[in-house]
Amino acid sequence: MKLAYWPGCVSRGFTPELHGSMNLVAPKLDLELVELDRANCCGAGVIAEHNQELVDTLNARTFAMAQKVEGAVGMMNICSTCQGAQSEAQERLDADGDYRDVVNSNLAAEQLAYQKHAETDWWNKNFLWLLVEEIGLDKLRSKVVRPLEGLRIAPFYGCYIVRPTKRLGYADHPERDQYLEYVIDALGAEPVEYAGARKCCGFPIITMNRATSLRQAGRHLADAIDAGADCLVTPCPLCHLNLDLQQPAAAKFVERDLDVPVLHLPQMVGLALGLEPKALGMNKHVVKTKDVQRKVAQLAAA
Amino acid sequence: MPEYKLKLRRYDPESGQPAYWSEYDVDLDAERSVLQGILTARDDQDGSIGIRCSCRAAICGSCAVRINGKTALACNTAIGEAAEKAGDGNPIVVEPMNNMPVIKDLIVDMDAVHWKKVQRVVPWLLPDGDPPEREYVVPAESMIDITQSMACIQCGACVGACLSMEANPDFIGPAALAKAYRFVGDPRDGQERERLKDLAEDPDGLYTCTHCFACVEVCPKDVAPMNQIMRLRRRATGDFGIKDRNNGYGHEKAFVNLIEKYGTLHEAQLLPRSFGDGSLLKGQTEPGAVKELIENLPTAIRGLKSGKVSPVKALWHHKLPGQENVKRIFDEVHAKEDRLELNLYIVGEGNDEEIGAMAEIAKEDV
Repeated sequence: MKLAYWPGCVSRGFTPELHGSMNLVAPKLDLELVELDRANCCGAGVIAEHNQELVDTLNARTFAMAQKVEGAVGMMNICSTCQGAQSEAQERLDADGDYRDVVNSNLAAEQLAYQKHAETDWWNKNFLWLLVEEIGLDKLRSKVVRPLEGLRIAPFYGCYIVRPTKRLGYADHPERDQYLEYVIDALGAEPVEYAGARKCCGFPIITMNRATSLRQAGRHLADAIDAGADCLVTPCPLCHLNLDLQQPAAAKFVERDLDVPVLHLPQMVGLALGLEPKALGMNKHVVKTKDVQRKVAQLAAA
Repeated sequence: MPEYKLKLRRYDPESGQPAYWSEYDVDLDAERSVLQGILTARDDQDGSIGIRCSCRAAICGSCAVRINGKTALACNTAIGEAAEKAGDGNPIVVEPMNNMPVIKDLIVDMDAVHWKKVQRVVPWLLPDGDPPEREYVVPAESMIDITQSMACIQCGACVGACLSMEANPDFIGPAALAKAYRFVGDPRDGQERERLKDLAEDPDGLYTCTHCFACVEVCPKDVAPMNQIMRLRRRATGDFGIKDRNNGYGHEKAFVNLIEKYGTLHEAQLLPRSFGDGSLLKGQTEPGAVKELIENLPTAIRGLKSGKVSPVKALWHHKLPGQENVKRIFDEVHAKEDRLELNLYIVGEGNDEEIGAMAEIAKEDV
């Protein structure tokens, strides 16, 4: 499957292990990724707050570049926040032809234009959605060479990929807020049920209200630990920043030890597809992943 | 008539007993409401069930509860659909809303939280100057922008669902901030700047919303409180340049400036620039900003130690190839006289093929 690929900013910035692991996993799943290396930031909700026409133009630019990729069935992202911010722009662009014209006129100098399509013809999907809807869980299962048996994994979705349901295609795909559990199960691991899976990691306000932000992250991590999770998994690198990079600070705000590793979605998939933890960048986490690595090594031996 | 199983969370703080669950079977048509189910159970089986309701038509906003974990008006939720969502053989779980103390069973104390927060934002008009001889006259189109926030029925569903408030009960919250926009956006109000400054400077105010969309998801009237909060921020930073002590102004400026300059986010500069009202120099030299930077040093060190951030990456960020095109978009859009905002609540969806559907009302005065 050929795809226009938008990796996002953070996956190449503070979580380079995300972009790296995606690049290793893609060929294992027969995905041909054409990276949109001239595309720009989605705005992450912040530029939307600053100027809507600006953020819609920036995202229309990315879509237009993706639509130009010959033979690509759609566009893939690996960040819940990119998905949400881009879906928001796309909702407005698709809703109103006049508005779309205004936005496209901002792109004319670059000979780019966003074309509205039915979802059957062109789409922008997070890797999580793509795994379930385009690749399929059966095919994913058939690719597993190292079932993650015995690993208890707590899903953490990221707000932007679960709400608002109306904008994010839940009418056609009502189970999108269950996909992480489905994928964890398909890889042979056990999904952990806990309160925080679809709540907010707090990251967007880390510079504005640090206590509230880290109390959110800390609570969800604590809930996952109390539910018996070996690790968490997230399709959102921004959540990863608050859950992993900030975890030692978050522990102070919830006044307890945390120390639970957080995997990126492609890392978890890569482990089950036989890739080595180090190659997947699992040594580049703040919270050490060695317990998860040891369990995976034991699986390989057995 | 199908039979539905309701599982209600029961609690009476005055009893001294912990909360418990009660289950009831009710016979109702699928299109009847969850509220009707609860009232049927109360009338026929257990008169002690506590539920607040009045209009039964999604107008009075009295019966917001959590149904299968999601906040909604009980009168506005079909019992058949709720049963479907609960899944095969599972009861429909009904609980009181989060973030507010329970008075009894499904009734929460709206005065203690919701109404108190609404009072906080001065929810009445504060016009400038002497009142006109007769009524205030405003052009109808100047009121359209606030019709969305005026549609609020004060049911508190967004307050119960707010994930920021869950971690920080002091947060002003979605309903009250949407109400604040109702007055900030009202052309008759004369205290726009003061209102915005007050909310921006509140440590648990305008900049404590995390963009989690929980309020947007649950609002039965499509008020989208989070969108009203974003409008407040847009006014505060864009129109009034209000520099606040919470770094709200700085964060937005920093982010926007970085994308304008580099095309993608230079994360290492986001923090110092946020603390310096968008300026890197100020963020690294002003005493207040430096203090905040030092607080964040352990995070930076963790990033470097884990190997995810290299010193080079921290100092240097590559520009996108063709970045001048991104810069040009910023210049062009910023140079426009009107700041365009397409609010689908107002213009409606499905205007795609109609020429001129994008009404003037989509334009905000700058």
